[in-house]
Amino acid sequence: MSSSKLDPVARRPLPSQVVKDDESALVAAAKAGDISAFETLVGRYERKIFRLTQNITQNREDAEDAMQEAFLKAYEHLQSFEGNSRFYTWLVRIAVNQALMKLRKRRPNVVSLDEEVNTGEDMVPREVEDWGPSPADRYAQTELSEILTKVIGDLDPPFRIVFQLRDIEELSTEETAEALGLSVPAVKSRLLRARLKLRQTLNQYFRRGENK
Amino acid sequence: MKCKTIITELADYLDEALDPILRASIEEHLGKCKDCRIVVDTCKQTIEIFCNSEPAPLPQTTRLRLHEALAKRLRRVRA
Repeated sequence: MSSSKLDPVARRPLPSQVVKDDESALVAAAKAGDISAFETLVGRYERKIFRLTQNITQNREDAEDAMQEAFLKAYEHLQSFEGNSRFYTWLVRIAVNQALMKLRKRRPNVVSLDEEVNTGEDMVPREVEDWGPSPADRYAQTELSEILTKVIGDLDPPFRIVFQLRDIEELSTEETAEALGLSVPAVKSRLLRARLKLRQTLNQYFRRGENK
Repeated sequence: MKCKTIITELADYLDEALDPILRASIEEHLGKCKDCRIVVDTCKQTIEIFCNSEPAPLPQTTRLRLHEALAKRLRRVRA
């Protein structure tokens, strides 16, 4: 690396961002009773919403149910969506609630999002190895997808869910805090730990010289 | 600045949410500390890999069940 200054995180425009201009038109049409407009929205977001509910619940059946209930609730409450946020952000919040209900039902004593988080010395990374450029390109799409699903699944729920909303769904810190009923500092501390833990776990796959 | 401070401020640094003075101090430290530079860079790559990853296609049975449930609800609304 020639400079200490890093470029901002390079986020590829999400399909939902590329087409966001017509998202509000589709929502308006769906609110006016155009069922095919709502079906278009479902088709656009079903994969992302299923990944979200799958990553939160870590259970295929619960993830399917949560996704289904999220779309049904979104349709049912469409008239109350006022467009203060993007439709997708609103849909994510509904899906998170459904997925959390499933997770809490299955693991009632395990899931507490607001418990104290240790921010002590153990956060300083132990393994410091360079990955080189474009480490993900060393894996086929399916293999990479399996790796990412596994490593995020190994995180404890409070960290997994905050990372999912903030860094995968790209909600703002404030939107993430509101969706999960957490304070902004609590979101930030969980996000930091999640990012560091994922970095450490991915190190075994991406470090330079890893035999692929 | 200590390496531990870089870790504490890492999330805000990557999100470009730091005030310019603290950001400049961090960048000065990163210019001198290779380990911190690698941690910051690999953490940034971690976020990019996740946020740029494509969701897998919906399993066919899952998709069918979803669309059947929706069709049923939409029919009820229309009736």
